[in-house]
Amino acid sequence: MGNKLELVCPAGTPAALRTAVDAGADSIYCGFRDETNARNFPGLNFSPEEMAQGVAYAHAKGARVLVAINTFPRAGAAEIWHRAVDEAARAGADALILADMGLLAYAAERHPQLRRHLSVQAAAANADAIRFYVEEFGVKRVVLPRVLTVAEIAAINREVPCETEVFVFGGLCVMAEGRCSLSSYATGRSPNMNGVCSPASHVHYREERGELVSRLGEFTIDRVSKGEPAPYPTLCKGCFSVSGKRGHVFEDPVSLDAATLIPELAQAGVTALKIEGRQRSRSYIHDVVASFRRAVDAQAAGNPIPAGELRRLSEGQTTTAGAYRKTWR
Amino acid sequence: MATSVGRRQPGLFARLGVHAEKSFLLDVTDLPFVFRLEPRRDRPHIEPRRREDAGAWDARIAGTLSALLGLVHGAADGDALFFSRDIVIEGDMEAVLALRNALDDAELDLSVEAAAAFGAAGAAAERIARRILPMASRVTGLALTRRDRS
Repeated sequence: MGNKLELVCPAGTPAALRTAVDAGADSIYCGFRDETNARNFPGLNFSPEEMAQGVAYAHAKGARVLVAINTFPRAGAAEIWHRAVDEAARAGADALILADMGLLAYAAERHPQLRRHLSVQAAAANADAIRFYVEEFGVKRVVLPRVLTVAEIAAINREVPCETEVFVFGGLCVMAEGRCSLSSYATGRSPNMNGVCSPASHVHYREERGELVSRLGEFTIDRVSKGEPAPYPTLCKGCFSVSGKRGHVFEDPVSLDAATLIPELAQAGVTALKIEGRQRSRSYIHDVVASFRRAVDAQAAGNPIPAGELRRLSEGQTTTAGAYRKTWR
Repeated sequence: MATSVGRRQPGLFARLGVHAEKSFLLDVTDLPFVFRLEPRRDRPHIEPRRREDAGAWDARIAGTLSALLGLVHGAADGDALFFSRDIVIEGDMEAVLALRNALDDAELDLSVEAAAAFGAAGAAAERIARRILPMASRVTGLALTRRDRS
């Protein structure tokens, strides 16, 4: 028997939240319909009323709601982020997922009983940084960046006085999250302050001579032939010509799937497993959450992790264990 | 039917926001015609048109009937269909995302919406459809009803 890990699942809409709860999520993370969270896409996210209804639905079924307010307040506009913190508290949220130190201080002062989790957007990747957030702002859990090996996660857990949460499935960002400016450079809008990496307003697709051409702002970032999988229109997954060679110079368009590593992550002292994908449909939420519910339950019972069938849902139709099994060092 | 959906699903327009005023071309690639959708809050409208007479549009979503029904009924994931090239999207990407997310949250079932549009006669037809459609979905492989009803 292993210790039971918490399964933290995404929801971009109230319907997706209900789907995640019904499929077996222990916790659901979601955000408000504005720039205070890092998935500020058209048609996505929650009004304050929808958040309160979502929290009530989750609580009635024994699940928790974690509200992501994980972008960085702009100078002169901090009240938008403060209001989001207050609305989350009013809705009955179980925790806030925050990245900005000023906002952490605001939440600690105004809502001291409300748990504070440190977002991956804070890019706290070592024990010293994590201890600072724990000591200064009473952070109870840290979402670790997707650049650490399992051994590094175990080392961090031995040294920090808080819980850790790690990504196990979905889009794989290997940048120093919260500090990446690639999309800002191309579009003038920031993932970290406006909540939009590759904003839809700047994405263009066109069929040219049988190829699907993706552009972000003025930059052509990929051309894929007929029948090849299409990637997200992000610069970090773009295909470029460098020194006469064409390839993915930052990273390949693949998705994380660490289901088989769940026993090792439990052994490393991790508390919670996170599924990426607030921008995805309730169909994705249902299939991925149900699959990881089975995997987490199997781990807790000491049984082998059942094979998932999630590759078709993944970017590039290909999955990787990412940095958890780092082979390039 | 579009008017009835508009009346029954006010949340759909809240999610569409300004994109409710845009024109969408729903190009069902294995049918001989396309659908032109104008979600406008005051007068939602959808009509079949010949492909060559589709007119100007802000956003185009093209795919097989299976893929597009799967999207509407929550049986398929839009990003996954995009990755696999089973759908093609063009034009105003903000409008495409807003429509996709609004439809996904609305949890539509087209047979229920069609029945609601026809009042009392529709209710009788819906009762029959509820018995037939799950089996028809299994036989055809099409998502003819909402996923949790199939």
